[in-house]
Amino acid sequence: MERQQDYVLRTVEERGVRLIRLWFTDVLGQLKSVAISPAELENAFEEGLHFDGSVIDGFSRVQESDVLAKPDPNTFEILPWGKGSEISGRMFCDILNHDDTPFEGDPRQVLKRNLDKAHDRGFSFMTAPEMEFFYFAEGDPSKPLVPLDSGSYFDLTTADVASDLRTRTLLVLEAMGIPVEYSFHEDAPSQHEIDLRYTDALTMADNIMTFRLIVKEIAMEQGVFASFMPKPLAGVQGSGMHTHMSLFEGDENAFHEPGDPVGLSKVARGFIAGLLHHAPEITAVTNQLVNSYKRLVSGYEAPVYITWARNNQSSLVRVPVTKRGKQSSTRIEYRAPDPACNPYLAYSVMLAAGLKGIEGGYELPPEAAANVFELTPEQRAAEGIRPLPQSLSESLDVMENSELVAEALGEHIFEWFLRNKRAEWTDYKAQVTQFELDRYLPAW
Amino acid sequence: MEPILIFPDPPPPELAQALDLSGYPWKAASDELAASRIEPENGWGGAIICAYLDPERAFALCRALRKRDVPLEPLLLLVSGTQLGDLELRDDLYDDFCLAPFHPRELEARLKHLYWNTGAGVRPELVEYGELVLNLETYQAAIGGAPLDLTYMEYELLKFLSSNPGKVFTRETLLSRVWGYEYYGGARTVDVHIRRLRAKLGEHHANLIQTVRSVGYRFGQSRWGS
Repeated sequence: MERQQDYVLRTVEERGVRLIRLWFTDVLGQLKSVAISPAELENAFEEGLHFDGSVIDGFSRVQESDVLAKPDPNTFEILPWGKGSEISGRMFCDILNHDDTPFEGDPRQVLKRNLDKAHDRGFSFMTAPEMEFFYFAEGDPSKPLVPLDSGSYFDLTTADVASDLRTRTLLVLEAMGIPVEYSFHEDAPSQHEIDLRYTDALTMADNIMTFRLIVKEIAMEQGVFASFMPKPLAGVQGSGMHTHMSLFEGDENAFHEPGDPVGLSKVARGFIAGLLHHAPEITAVTNQLVNSYKRLVSGYEAPVYITWARNNQSSLVRVPVTKRGKQSSTRIEYRAPDPACNPYLAYSVMLAAGLKGIEGGYELPPEAAANVFELTPEQRAAEGIRPLPQSLSESLDVMENSELVAEALGEHIFEWFLRNKRAEWTDYKAQVTQFELDRYLPAW
Repeated sequence: MEPILIFPDPPPPELAQALDLSGYPWKAASDELAASRIEPENGWGGAIICAYLDPERAFALCRALRKRDVPLEPLLLLVSGTQLGDLELRDDLYDDFCLAPFHPRELEARLKHLYWNTGAGVRPELVEYGELVLNLETYQAAIGGAPLDLTYMEYELLKFLSSNPGKVFTRETLLSRVWGYEYYGGARTVDVHIRRLRAKLGEHHANLIQTVRSVGYRFGQSRWGS
């Protein structure tokens, strides 16, 4: 460790870094930041930074107040934006109790714990998310949302005024060591997608936190508002965070099986089966907002039913076709998560569900053939096709009884999350919406 | 500087990694004969002998190296705590010793001091390749005069590769020599870091790191001109 710290201290000095931002994530997936000066850095490495956990959602109850943030020197990066002389750097932190044990309310360490479990079985968990988001002229919730353009899928015209914005975002991402696979205009007006290249799940969760900040920062520089809200506009596609996943055993892709007709190994089949089986239980974590469930409806290429298929945009798990000779790219795509999730927790429960399927030797159900949306409810029932939970409330009910999720998240976060999200649902339920007024006022 | 002779062959991985990370070139040999066969043209830059692994052969090698017409120095001995008695009456065989298991920082500090004492050469402070410059003293890298903002592991990987231009390394080798421990990403971590390095080197210089199909990676041009 010392050497890494030395590297950071020296770089801060050599590059004239004026401010170091210490980042961590609360249970709901909001990025928190404490800025310190270079003079305080050495002490932060040695002793950590004290802060009152109770002021941050999910981080300790009032009575246990004080926790420590310890920066992870491996994550030190110079921030490639800001004014000329004000160079600043950032590091992600682990949150510790005063006896140096991991703090139970720290999502980053929840993911580390789950990755360690996979590691004990010889697996490295790799992920690659497709990040979708919207650009709006303003972010004021009291005014109607104004998209920046009316471009559509793969559009590259002058109408696509946001493309400069996206280009600048890509440059900043690359400078931060977050390589991008593709970037394009999505289906809906002013909706964009940037696909990140795969890496290990911990680095990727850090990258997603950085990504959301960069997209918002760059938009703000240009006076534009970027949103990761899952369904900001009714009637058009919402924003998802489809995540490609694979397990590696050393240098080998454990999902690949040369002789198999679909190219999937027993490990891959177990993993998919686990995801499908436990999908309802983990949905509250991968889709944590009331609004998330407005995206999970039929007609907008979002998954609604628990199925898998090779090439079917409506299935929950898709197995992308890999080029021949590219065995290492064998992977599966989980299509439920949205970009407003906490990536540390979402990746924890997705991994836990998959591993459970491998361990328990779950049987993979047959591939969904037809478009599941076109089946009648009776046909779906006959084929044993279950829907995903329809609302946050339903998701929480299923999650509450899930041992898998309780174990993956740990009791502390599990309970806090349920309590917090129940309160969110209660608030929502007390609202009278425009829909109700439009529909019921004239009639009743 | 000339490579340091290491005993035994293969050396303990923690020793190899400590030397790689602090930028000392080295070669391993299992006895005097092997040592003279692979000896660099200008002689060895020094020796590090692990006496805790095979004391008899280790001390025999020390003696042979010191009995040369020009005795080999500096010679650093690695011994275990229970071996301290063995050092008695052998003061002529070594210039300094370090207790094993050693702390990499202590090893580095001792080597630095030894080289300062003997003046036999200092560790290289700059690695240069074309437009790329790495300053090992300040941990800074620059290409074409512009500083590169690297994370610690990106820097270490670039340092290792650029210190060994033209050589092909497998992912496993890079993982064990640069990381030295299992990271969450396993061997694929190497690919991911190479990609990030290329992105940061920029379009013009990304090809400094070449992918050698089904083997691994090479920095710069092949020695054989292919």
